Amino acid sequence: MSKKNEIPEVDIVIDEQKGVIREVKQPNLRSKAGHERRVNTGIYILLVLISVIWLAPFVFLVFQSFRSYATEDGGMVAYLLPKQWSLDNYRWLFNDPKSNFLRWYGNTLLIALFCAVIQTVMVLSVSYTLSRLRFKGRKLIMNVVLVLGMFPGFLTMITLYFLLKQLGLTQQGAIPGLILIYVASSGMGYYISKGFFDTIPKSLDESARIDGATRFQVFLKIIMPLAKPIVIYTILMAFMAPWGDYVFASYVAFGSEPNYNVAVGLYRWVNVNDYQGYFTRFCAGGVLVAVPITALFLALQKYYVEGVTGGAVKG
Amino acid sequence: MNDLDYLKLTGFSKLGYKLKKFFTGIPGRLAGALKGLGLWFVKLFRGIGSALADLGSTFVHGDWKTKLSYLVMGFGSCARGQWGRGILFFLFQTVFNLYMVNFGVAYLGKLNTLGTIETYREGRKTVYGDNSFFILLYGVLTLFFVLAFLYTWYMNVKQNRVSEQILKSGKKLKSTKDDLKSLMDEQFHKTLLALPTLGVTVFTILPIFFMILVAFTNFDATHQPPSKLFTWVGWDNFRQLLSSDNASYGNTFSQVLLWTLIWAFFATFLNYFLGMLVAIMINKKGIKLKKMWRTILVMTIAIPQFVSLLYVSKMFAADGLINSFLMRLGWISTPLPFWTDPVWARVTVIVINVWIGIPYLMLIATGILMNIPADLYESARIDGANAFQMYKKITLPYMLFVTGPYLLTSFTGNINNFNVIFLLSGGKPLSLELSGNAGYTDLLITWLYKMTVSDTNYKLAAVMGILVFLVCAVINLIVYNMIPSVKNEEDFQ
Repeated sequence: MSKKNEIPEVDIVIDEQKGVIREVKQPNLRSKAGHERRVNTGIYILLVLISVIWLAPFVFLVFQSFRSYATEDGGMVAYLLPKQWSLDNYRWLFNDPKSNFLRWYGNTLLIALFCAVIQTVMVLSVSYTLSRLRFKGRKLIMNVVLVLGMFPGFLTMITLYFLLKQLGLTQQGAIPGLILIYVASSGMGYYISKGFFDTIPKSLDESARIDGATRFQVFLKIIMPLAKPIVIYTILMAFMAPWGDYVFASYVAFGSEPNYNVAVGLYRWVNVNDYQGYFTRFCAGGVLVAVPITALFLALQKYYVEGVTGGAVKG
Repeated sequence: MNDLDYLKLTGFSKLGYKLKKFFTGIPGRLAGALKGLGLWFVKLFRGIGSALADLGSTFVHGDWKTKLSYLVMGFGSCARGQWGRGILFFLFQTVFNLYMVNFGVAYLGKLNTLGTIETYREGRKTVYGDNSFFILLYGVLTLFFVLAFLYTWYMNVKQNRVSEQILKSGKKLKSTKDDLKSLMDEQFHKTLLALPTLGVTVFTILPIFFMILVAFTNFDATHQPPSKLFTWVGWDNFRQLLSSDNASYGNTFSQVLLWTLIWAFFATFLNYFLGMLVAIMINKKGIKLKKMWRTILVMTIAIPQFVSLLYVSKMFAADGLINSFLMRLGWISTPLPFWTDPVWARVTVIVINVWIGIPYLMLIATGILMNIPADLYESARIDGANAFQMYKKITLPYMLFVTGPYLLTSFTGNINNFNVIFLLSGGKPLSLELSGNAGYTDLLITWLYKMTVSDTNYKLAAVMGILVFLVCAVINLIVYNMIPSVKNEEDFQ
């Protein structure tokens, strides 16, 4: 507060347009504090409102998933709180012979794990190379990737489908097929981690090279330990993406129900099947997918924030 | 107009001046880009020319080992003791020859017609003729392979010339062991990029090239291999999609394009400013529980979109939670047409997209806001600026300066924002006014998806893909050079 008291009661402001010197009264400090309190209260009200809007759908989702299937049917209803809480829907997902949910979950988990490993290796190789190594054709590669990135992804879908079909990686082979197309072009998403590598001082590499280290040793022993945040960010992104992919997954696994991923399976429950009967089951499945992913994400939130802010700043 | 004149303008004329400068600059920027592309091609052809000249002079001046390498790849390398390289060259040539003889030549030969032998039925048996799809696909693959071979062959010849020069100057050639070592050192970029390049070539470049070619064929539901052939039709598909007579898609296309641009504009800027606002509120001095507010918003990023968007879409359905709730309160008697009225549907997707987008922007803005030097605000406060003035003169210019490139990528990203539209409205409401199965909330990209999956109208989907690319490319070209201008000093005053 001492700083504020030093401000003179009357400020002198030079008005450029009229060319005169005006005196401006400082606002009363006490009323300023009151004003501040009112503003803060307003902000709190807004933030609570925002939180409610943002959380409401998920809370509703959880409520619906606990509704009793036996007594209240599986459709959409006009009330929020279940009249009878039960685990019917979850039990059905796990136990019913008609439910492929566990299989789908396993498929997606498998895809996500493979992607997390292979895609991370791909992305880190590309971004490290483009950031820290200088060679002929580097600029060309970056421009080609930029241009390729402007083509819509689904344009190539049918070609990819037939390429995979030639390799026997559709329908029954959808899982390895999907892993292949997810990781094959993943090197193109190098921007964020390149931005990170750019910030590590070059002198580190140089001094190691003078000490006789090869480029490979520099990469493995010096840069990688420093790059832990971006490695975690890349793994996190690679692991999360397959859980939400509907388009490619539904196209590649078309018609082969045991080889769906969760997104395709659950989407078909609400949109293709009679969704009135499957709605609460969809909710239960959604909760089972969302909870572990959200927990993982919140645990690693710090790295995600570093990644997106870095990426946005460098473009 | 010089800087001093500019500063004398009032707020509105400043804006007008900037807008005028922006639009009058567009042709110049496009011309500049075309010129750049032209220069690139000139450079490419010059490079090819000098490579041909090199080939000639190497053959004339080279020794017999080099001359034989023109026919048998890798011979020179082996003869000079570089076994590793030599064997690789030779293997590549063998594989290429085998591929061409058994496979490639046949497909290349049919590429100009895409097959002539029709599939027909002989009694109960179907006799398969040519398959246009595979002819095109493998034809393109073979072309890629031929290019790769030519390049490798050139490298093989160049290798010989360089080796000869090194030997002449009395130095030793690198052994295979040295080569392997250098792959972990001087040539490390080759090791790291090998796999990603292969992946991108086969699974991105090849398919894109293939689909660009499909745009010039009549590959659609009535020309489906293997039972039917398709063939080249030139620019017909472009005409069908763009011209505005009744049988064409021109009117629908322009409507969908317009909506795509409107959508991208709102999805980018509404989210940007609202997200920034939320970030400013959370980061304001004196607000407690900052981490909790942030976590609540961030949770929505973590939950897979197909769960959250599908659920929200059902909430807004005619029999969904919101309509039934409002009806029970007695506020409305018939369900609100969230997904059935064009205007309602468009507004609804934009609003729900704000719900999706704010958390991302809040995170990005938080990171940047923390970097704004606090003394800027301090001195502004002493000068008597109020909160809004400080926002306009300090926060906003700083944010725009730092996030310029992000805004551009996010705008093109929103043009291709498939998930939100597909999971929320699926492009509905449909209408007889629109042709080609398009709906009022369909973006170009979701329309493309419909054409591919439900209509199997691949030729138009391919044309649409090319047009989406052009739209994105033009926007990038126009805006990209603008971004450094944001760095203009005066914006920071």
